[in-house]
Amino acid sequence: MRPNRVSLFITCFNDTMFPATGQAVVALLERLGVGVDFPLEQTCCGQMHFNTGYAEETIPLVRRFVRVFADSELVVSPSASCVGMVRDYYPRVAELAGDAGLAREVEVLVPRVLELSELLCDHLEVEDVGAFFPHRITYHPTCHSLRMLKVGDRPLRLLRAVRGIEVVALPEAEGCCGFGGTFAIKNADTSIAMLTDKVRAILDTGSEVCVSADNSCLMHIGGALSRQRAGVRTMHLAEILAAADPAR
Amino acid sequence: MTGAGDHSAFPRAARASLADTQLRHNLGHATRTIRVKRAATVAELPDWEELREAGRALKERVLRHLDEHLLALEESVTRAGGTVHWARDGAECSRIVADLVVAHGADEVVKSKSLTTDETGLNDALADRGIRAWETDLAELIIQLADDTPSHILVPAIHKNREQIRELFVRFLDDAPGEPLTDDPRRLAEVARRHLRRLFLSARVGISGVNFAVAQTGTVSVVESEGNGRMCTTLPEVLISVMGIEKVIPSWQDLEVYLQLLPRSSTAERMNPYTSLWTGVTAGDGPRAFHLVLVDNGRTNVLADEIGRQALNCIRCSACLNVCPVYERTGGHAYGSTYPGPIGAILTPLLSDMTAAGSLPYASSLCGACYEVCPVKINIPEVLVHLRHREVRQSSAKGAPIAERLSPEHVTMRAMARVFADRRLYEAAQRAGRLGQWPFVRQGAIRRLPGPLSGWTSMRDLAPMPRQSFRDWWRERP
Amino acid sequence: MTAARDEILARIRVALSDVPDAERADDVAVTRGYRHAGELDGGDRVRRFAERVRDYHADVRRVTAAALPGAVDAACAQLGLRTVAVPPDLPAHWRPSAIEVIPDEGLTAHQLDAIDGAVTGCATAIAETGTLVLDGERHSGRRLLTLVPDHHLCIVTEDQIVELVPEAIAALAPAVTERHVPVTLVSGPSASSDIELSRVEGVHGPRHLLVLIVAA
Repeated sequence: MRPNRVSLFITCFNDTMFPATGQAVVALLERLGVGVDFPLEQTCCGQMHFNTGYAEETIPLVRRFVRVFADSELVVSPSASCVGMVRDYYPRVAELAGDAGLAREVEVLVPRVLELSELLCDHLEVEDVGAFFPHRITYHPTCHSLRMLKVGDRPLRLLRAVRGIEVVALPEAEGCCGFGGTFAIKNADTSIAMLTDKVRAILDTGSEVCVSADNSCLMHIGGALSRQRAGVRTMHLAEILAAADPAR
Repeated sequence: MTGAGDHSAFPRAARASLADTQLRHNLGHATRTIRVKRAATVAELPDWEELREAGRALKERVLRHLDEHLLALEESVTRAGGTVHWARDGAECSRIVADLVVAHGADEVVKSKSLTTDETGLNDALADRGIRAWETDLAELIIQLADDTPSHILVPAIHKNREQIRELFVRFLDDAPGEPLTDDPRRLAEVARRHLRRLFLSARVGISGVNFAVAQTGTVSVVESEGNGRMCTTLPEVLISVMGIEKVIPSWQDLEVYLQLLPRSSTAERMNPYTSLWTGVTAGDGPRAFHLVLVDNGRTNVLADEIGRQALNCIRCSACLNVCPVYERTGGHAYGSTYPGPIGAILTPLLSDMTAAGSLPYASSLCGACYEVCPVKINIPEVLVHLRHREVRQSSAKGAPIAERLSPEHVTMRAMARVFADRRLYEAAQRAGRLGQWPFVRQGAIRRLPGPLSGWTSMRDLAPMPRQSFRDWWRERP
Repeated sequence: MTAARDEILARIRVALSDVPDAERADDVAVTRGYRHAGELDGGDRVRRFAERVRDYHADVRRVTAAALPGAVDAACAQLGLRTVAVPPDLPAHWRPSAIEVIPDEGLTAHQLDAIDGAVTGCATAIAETGTLVLDGERHSGRRLLTLVPDHHLCIVTEDQIVELVPEAIAALAPAVTERHVPVTLVSGPSASSDIELSRVEGVHGPRHLLVLIVAA
């Protein structure tokens, strides 16, 4: 069933650091005839706390998320790792909280929380979203979109359908960029070693833009590209898909 | 430096390893090669996922009823003419083995590769009793001669190059040939072969590890490539096999699962060259006495952890090492444990008390590649996160030192949790962040941050927070 | 020693306090959804076996029953063997005729170390993995016979070849459970990749494996 309306879960990180991604999601969905609502009470899914070891502190955030989106038919988010958190670990948090009611609410909500490419490909059944982006790009499939959400080639199918685009395959694409949340801070040296290889692979493609479905990985990769004055920028998948031909 | 709040052991060791260019080169080559080969060999089987699921489920069955399976194993091994010993810890294991060696009048033993005896420090304990233990796996021999420690489960000497190995052999193996030894791997292997053959033919006691032990039949197995395992388990009069208690599997039939999962995950072969499966002693064929030592050494601690328990599924294939982006770059020594890589990052803290290995659960970007390839479906990221929870809980507990309880990380994370729990606080924090960042912004980017965050800006810029958050934009929409 | 045994068992029982008392091992579901029986017909099965053994750099030759004695002699000559050991029950026409044949009536490892090769049969063979299965019975000899000499010449009849690992494991079950036979799976010659990952064949076991597949 094609949804008429979805709720946007922007994620705290995009809300604060990458508002353009959220604006792109809204523009894209409205262009596809889907209404978007944005519950202002939303804050953070709790991923950073949970993954860093602060399980207790995650519980209130899970309760909050479940309450905020309880009435949403579908929830869409431009962050694979935050959707992965909800899908894979919310049931665990509910279990830790020892709250059967919360566990039930999580169970009902989880299947309705989607990553952007899942919404587009599986629920709206589109690949050509009418975008125009005349640039050479490469796509970094983030670990969580690949291995937690298993989005497969959905983002690539969407990208290949963009008019004017040239998509270049990224060597060793499935390798982690080294972000890993607080890993980049706690194990900065190892993280940098991973990042260096990722950046080298990106530069080898000769692309102008590195695209991904998660701004956290892009902030990491983009931070190195910027420091190196590499002449390559990063863009979220949504921003490419929202780009329209100014002449049309 | 090993307090619960000390998370610097792995990062410090990793810093040194990351700078070791030969290690980086060798390891990068090895992990990439095995990774590609593994993917191809696994793709050949149409029923790989079904095998993985059976491999996982059988381990679950055995672990949930471990006492019963160990008793069955003890009975079947005894019935087949073997003797079973139980060791609570490494010291007890070493004592049992040394006593057996001494009782058979031997002062020299040949050993085939065994991670469990590396873990329990058997060789040193035997040396203290005047017993020389010869490692016979080529890589383990290299490591032993170099007085080094393994850096990979499958290819323990991968950090050494052929020239270093040549030097070791010239120095230590007295049967190095008259003509100068070259660094050709074939020549090096030949020298090792001649040296070890003499030992195999004379040794009266062999020591081996165990890959699988079948509770139903008492069958014990060693899975290997070189044939040194066959030598150690066949030629000496006495065979002592040492196994962690989690290596038991229920039935003979279950081997059909693991003998498919292990070689493809490990060396990326359809089958490893040699698998030995023996049941007690056989008249006229092989050792006249067989001893099986069942070792706990912390395994029951792992078993007691309901989420961590799955780490005992491990069949020591090393597939998780080869796909791990952290291991690929730091190598095994940085983990400071017999068990390196992703599996080591969970097994080590679970086996020992948490504080000694506090940095290991954080030695991962949680990319999930390890879980994807694990032949027995150990959800390593899940266990890593679980151990981080345990670590935070312990360092926040009432008894913990105040410096840990009030560490900057704890204080910051808890403050952030409070902010995220309240929309107004959250929006206020966004505004404060936008204002507070300006001292750090230079020409449109943050290039240097203080304190723990300096790790980020050492190599990466940070884009400043935009002037308008998404929610502010949303509110202003017409 | 019983103290250690009792203590370990007690620790296990404490560790498993979450497992319900009434649960039995078989209550833990194990789905064996993998393949148990092969699908290849006889000819393809033999071809696959030959191809996969060759992948391990072993020498594989297919012969008719009538041509077997000549093939054994030719192989021994080609490998330059002067002496071979054989299991005492090895059929006469499987034995080389032109060189010294020493039946293994309890040869020591030292004695075997001075013999050039071993000629044996096998218990069964697995096509999918290119594996020979030796079990001490059915002409496969004692374990050290196929371990110590430098060459192993193994004769497999086509009807001994199964397709899958589970088929071989099932076939071995009676001999293992009833007679406790020692089983060795051999997949190619001894090999090591321990030095900079370069493959070297023949570190400890036989350096050369030659398989003769005899048509039914």
